Amino acid sequence: MVEWLDPLILARWQFGLTTLYHFLFVPLTIGMVILVAMFQTAWVRTGKLKYLHLTRLFGKIFLINFAMGVVTGIVQEFQFGMNWSDYSRFVGDVFGAPLAMEGLLAFFLEASMIGLWIFGWDKLPQKLHLAVIWLLAVSTTLSAYFILAANAFMQNPVGFEINEELGRAELTDIGAVLTNPVALAQFPHTIFASIMFAAVVVVAVAAYHLSKGQYLDEMRTALRFGLIVNIVAFIGVALTGDQLSLIMVQTQPMKMAAAEALYQTTAGASFSIFTWGTPDGSSELFSIRIPYMLSFLSTHDFGGTVEGINDLQAQYQTEFGPGDYTPIIWITYWSFRWMIGLGALAALVSVVGLWLTRGGRTPTRPWVWKLAIWSAALPLVASLVGWIFTEMGRQPWIVFGLMRTEDGVSPGVSGLEVLISLIAFTLIYGALAVVEFKLIVRAAVEGPNEWAKYDAEHDGDGTADVDPTKLATVY
Amino acid sequence: MDLAILWFGIVGFFFIGYFVLDGFDFGVGMALPFLGKDDTDKRVMINTIGPVWDLNETWLIVAGASLFAAFPYWYATLFDGFYLALLLILLALIARGVSFEYRRLGRSKQWKTWFDWMIVVGSAVPALLWGVAFANIIQGVAIDASGTYTGTLFDLLNPYGILGGLTTLMLFFTHGVQFLALKTDGDLRVRARALAVRSGLITILVAAAFLVWTVLQHLDIAHLPVLVGLAAAAAVALIGSWVANRAGAEKAAFGLMAATIALAVASILAALYPNVMPSTTDPAFSLTIENASSSDYTLQVMTWVAVVMMPLVLAYQGITYWVFRRRITRESIPVAAH
Repeated sequence: MVEWLDPLILARWQFGLTTLYHFLFVPLTIGMVILVAMFQTAWVRTGKLKYLHLTRLFGKIFLINFAMGVVTGIVQEFQFGMNWSDYSRFVGDVFGAPLAMEGLLAFFLEASMIGLWIFGWDKLPQKLHLAVIWLLAVSTTLSAYFILAANAFMQNPVGFEINEELGRAELTDIGAVLTNPVALAQFPHTIFASIMFAAVVVVAVAAYHLSKGQYLDEMRTALRFGLIVNIVAFIGVALTGDQLSLIMVQTQPMKMAAAEALYQTTAGASFSIFTWGTPDGSSELFSIRIPYMLSFLSTHDFGGTVEGINDLQAQYQTEFGPGDYTPIIWITYWSFRWMIGLGALAALVSVVGLWLTRGGRTPTRPWVWKLAIWSAALPLVASLVGWIFTEMGRQPWIVFGLMRTEDGVSPGVSGLEVLISLIAFTLIYGALAVVEFKLIVRAAVEGPNEWAKYDAEHDGDGTADVDPTKLATVY
Repeated sequence: MDLAILWFGIVGFFFIGYFVLDGFDFGVGMALPFLGKDDTDKRVMINTIGPVWDLNETWLIVAGASLFAAFPYWYATLFDGFYLALLLILLALIARGVSFEYRRLGRSKQWKTWFDWMIVVGSAVPALLWGVAFANIIQGVAIDASGTYTGTLFDLLNPYGILGGLTTLMLFFTHGVQFLALKTDGDLRVRARALAVRSGLITILVAAAFLVWTVLQHLDIAHLPVLVGLAAAAAVALIGSWVANRAGAEKAAFGLMAATIALAVASILAALYPNVMPSTTDPAFSLTIENASSSDYTLQVMTWVAVVMMPLVLAYQGITYWVFRRRITRESIPVAAH
């Protein structure tokens, strides 16, 4: 067989591609629905039109994005069976349950509420319509919880036993699966990261309009709000990321060792911010290191001992037999750094932004606005490389300690079939990404211009009664 | 009662829900070139399903996840085996789903035409292929001892499979057109009713052939009367739906068509029982309710979740449909806005 037709390699590329692509849309969906719900709450409570304008504008961006999240999500569910059917046979008894719960508890509610919210502006009483978007936010967050619980089982399998006769993992404790420590830390980490991205999108849109000198009242509010939310969310990301590190050291020590490319077990290990040369330590030319930091991240003790790759590899060989149990080090090393670095940079930009706009000041230099607009990509890229780290750091396991990735691939699917689907997804996803990006940028650039459609008599204080029929949405 | 059998029914219920609900979405999508005289007509049609299509599609996600949780071996064999067919369905659902939202965001005629066709094709392909897939499941496919399907996409396109595909295509088309008669007003409503009379005749012919063939294939099963009874009930409901539509009883016509689809899926399940994927290679390799299901504990957990959640789910879905109960007219489409 030609090597590029290896179903395993192709199936892994497809999973990586479709999952990362799906995750381009997920953070904006999760984060933005919460921010839009806050804007709408502010409107209902104060009656100030600027909040309605912001609700409608960011609601529109949320919806363009939502459609892509839905359709790429179905691919994810089908893919386990299509490309990874032996994995599905092995873990279905355990792994299927959180997915089915996600559907029954979260997706149905989410899909009902999205319809009611988009088309319900003129059909539901104002407060009920507000409750709908909060229910939408709850269901979206809930679905993230269940899917992260399913993913956590792959990182740190709990609540199961192996049925030797059937050769599969069987669920013995659903409570343990749903309270997997990895899921409990991963969940807030993911939600906060998603809120960060939504917040910087709000900042970027506001910065664009402020730089043009338009919609000043709305956009100044949006800017300050987005900056503060981003900083608060970053603190959440950092604290939960810290917890996640501690858990990772206990559940997947190899992942932490690979994150630092730490080959020798070390007490008081340092954390390198940057390495020139090969990160495996064999030919390091130059590096910037924070002393004791890795030990602190791993154990919350500056003198703590961190297990190295070599010891872990030897230990796993004794436990699981001969084989290579080390992930690809340069990927884990750099993705871990980029995740932290880009996330922190996004927060730093927001701190600078708050300073520059303090006390009603408005920056006049164009580069300030350009920075605010372009830095919107930072948390998204940080989230994506974070997932690359999480999933590549799990290798060579598909379920840590139980099943290797190479054993999970579908036996009945040929390399050609996977290649066809990989090409098909790449093409349609690529085309849709272009359309989606253009539509979002267009909606952002147009800004809250539809206000002319429904703006009523102002009473001079920025509040007004709005005729709900003017808010009706139609396809 | 055996929980695995209960879950055979629950998974079947989710697929019934999916076909009944997303079925009319597919029909509305396919009817765009037949009933949409101008852009406003098309927008009226799309808006009849606008608030609910995503909800209806969610039934597929829940059906798929329940299959995974309750029958992992069935899920694995089906999705691995019907690879290219499912790929086509996925691509179609992606095209259709984004088009509803994206269509309105462009201004040029070219843009709208492009997304109209994505909706039409994105509706027709799944409508056809779901029937092909299910017909092949009941007919049996080449499954080896490890539970792996050894055929190709083209093996699925046998006469019975294609007839099954045409049956779902026509059922969903007429279902969608009847839905339009129920949810629109004026000229469009009149034309939809007339189209449903014509397409209904073809639907009756195709579906009758499929049901008779299905029964003939399963004459040796122990519970033949159940299968025949369900198939006959589906036939009666289908003819009743056509008669009601002709008489202008839109609600009855739509309701009876929904019943037809539900009964047809139920007869498929009856034909399958107690298998879930019969093997044509060797009956000993067949996946059955017993050997494809999850452990008892998993099924217990899932039963609790389903029992607690389903009444709630049905209640708020009912509310959603009630909120959007009014007919969509050309007047409800703003002229200037896009």
